[in-house]
Amino acid sequence: MDHVTPPPPVRRLDPHEPFGASEAPATTNGNGAVATESSTFARHRRAAPSQLSIDRMQVESLSVAYSGKPAVKSVSLPIRQGEVLALIGPSGCGKTTLLRSLNRLTELTRTASFDGRVTLDGMDIMGMEPTALRRRVTMVFQQPNPFPMSIFDNLAYVLREQGSRRGRKSTLAPAVRNGLERAGLWAEVGDNLKHPALKLSGGQQQRLCIARALVAQPEVLLLDEPCSALDPQSTQVIEDLIVKLREEVAVVIVTHNLQQAYRVADYVGFMYLGDLVEYGSATSVFNSPREERTKEYVSGAFG
Amino acid sequence: METSVATPPVSSPPPQPGPPGPPRPADGRRSAAWRLSDKAGLVVCWGMGLLFCAIAVAIVMYFLIKGLGYVRPWMFVTPASTGFTQSQTGGFSDALIGTGIVAVIGIAIALPLGVAIAVWLSEFGRPAGLARLVESTIEAIAGTPSIVLALFGTIIFASPALGFLSRSTSGIVFGRSFFAAGAMLSLVALPLVVGSTREGLQAIPQHVREASYAVGKTKMATTRRILLPASRPQVATGAMLGLGRIIGDTAIIVVLLGATLNFDPVGGTPVLSYLKGTGTTLTNYVFQNAPTGELNNPEKAYAAAFVLLVIVLILNAAVDVIHRRARKVGTWTT
Repeated sequence: MDHVTPPPPVRRLDPHEPFGASEAPATTNGNGAVATESSTFARHRRAAPSQLSIDRMQVESLSVAYSGKPAVKSVSLPIRQGEVLALIGPSGCGKTTLLRSLNRLTELTRTASFDGRVTLDGMDIMGMEPTALRRRVTMVFQQPNPFPMSIFDNLAYVLREQGSRRGRKSTLAPAVRNGLERAGLWAEVGDNLKHPALKLSGGQQQRLCIARALVAQPEVLLLDEPCSALDPQSTQVIEDLIVKLREEVAVVIVTHNLQQAYRVADYVGFMYLGDLVEYGSATSVFNSPREERTKEYVSGAFG
Repeated sequence: METSVATPPVSSPPPQPGPPGPPRPADGRRSAAWRLSDKAGLVVCWGMGLLFCAIAVAIVMYFLIKGLGYVRPWMFVTPASTGFTQSQTGGFSDALIGTGIVAVIGIAIALPLGVAIAVWLSEFGRPAGLARLVESTIEAIAGTPSIVLALFGTIIFASPALGFLSRSTSGIVFGRSFFAAGAMLSLVALPLVVGSTREGLQAIPQHVREASYAVGKTKMATTRRILLPASRPQVATGAMLGLGRIIGDTAIIVVLLGATLNFDPVGGTPVLSYLKGTGTTLTNYVFQNAPTGELNNPEKAYAAAFVLLVIVLILNAAVDVIHRRARKVGTWTT
């Protein structure tokens, strides 16, 4: 368990821009060619399930509708530990709904209806207690949302039984430390755990939210556009973290940012109007998409 | 917070490329370019603001100066007594304590009840019809003149079933006591507590609730450990505003507290006898001693009014302090 060191002083501007320069900053190396695989991320990328991959979740023809209006249409895909799955697609394509269905948060919407099956380690999630499921499939949101308490209490809240305040600090401390270390936050906040969480910087808040999601020891970590409210530096720290975490948990990330998907994902699912149009390794989806719509989207033609 | 980038004021237009020279003030801020009616409107707004400040300052200053001239330390510890001159009629110790008692009873009922109603309305609110009904009931109570509530209280607390809350002789229930007044006064504070607490709960972004559900917490645990602590400043504000209303209410005191000037305990139980008995508060004391009142001891009225005003000002300051503290804890970006 090593720390994420503070971000390097110079932000690496992503040199590989295989899908056209439309979304890229003007600083890419000219022709936007598939570039040097010098990036740490590219080195890590997995184009095929690694031998250590574990099948965690299986989505089997899942459909979700709000008041009868379909949002996700018969989507099937695997979610494996050992790799990062990115869901991409234009706004309103159903990627967030799909993500929120994995821990049954969509049920909070009264008008939502479901069809199909999602399994976690072979068990149908609809047969599980939602609270138990959500401790195994935790989630990080778009906006950093630490709870209005100290850093320590943010993690202790997850560890404690429901609304209880029981559990001595000393017994919870190792788990809290472990969570903060895994999220690469211990080095920064370890000496001041009483600090109010909402007074941290945005990037630290988001890493605290990741720590909070990890402290429950989940099998799957869901990230819903976790960097969209953050500055580039914090974004990079979190992207590094995501790549690191894939060994310990299955990571699913929804992102609007194609470059981010390219940087962190091993596998990519492209969704459009509720359909999973294309699913495959990041390299194949970005560099040689099979579907016309995928090609248009990743080259910046729409969305 | 680092993420919240300071947005430029809405009124400032994007900088316009132009010939070099002294920078032109932004259009939105240059009132010379405004239409005459807008200028007049601005002047009226300013005037109104200043006028109300002036009125408020005048009231406060008048009573501070006038009251300070009459208030004496012994008045705080001397109960009222009968007498012919103002020097013989004693102080307002009973009234001061009475104000404290009704405030405690009133807020002790209104705070838990109001918070519970607000949580139910904001977080559960099902069935929707019942929620709407509760909402309009609260609004109706808020709009009801307290004298009407007082009159209603006389009917309720004079009923034999509630005889244990006031003086009763051979089955006839008097129906006036600190209990009766405090209970009806809680209705005066209730809408403020509900409104303020709801405001606090609704200011919490939905994703914060979901973040708690997403780590396996129930709605109950989320409400207790996240939502209520997060809206504590607003709950406290509601309680302070409610207290202010309770302390300032006169009608219910006059009708339901017996409109005496001293405690009139019932029975011999130490504390309960006072709560079951009649008494007075500062507002009633001022009312009775005002030049138009029955007793006409204006000096005492000014002195008591001064104390009342100071209490209310302290409550207002407390609201301010609570909000300042809350800002230190920080909040979410929406």
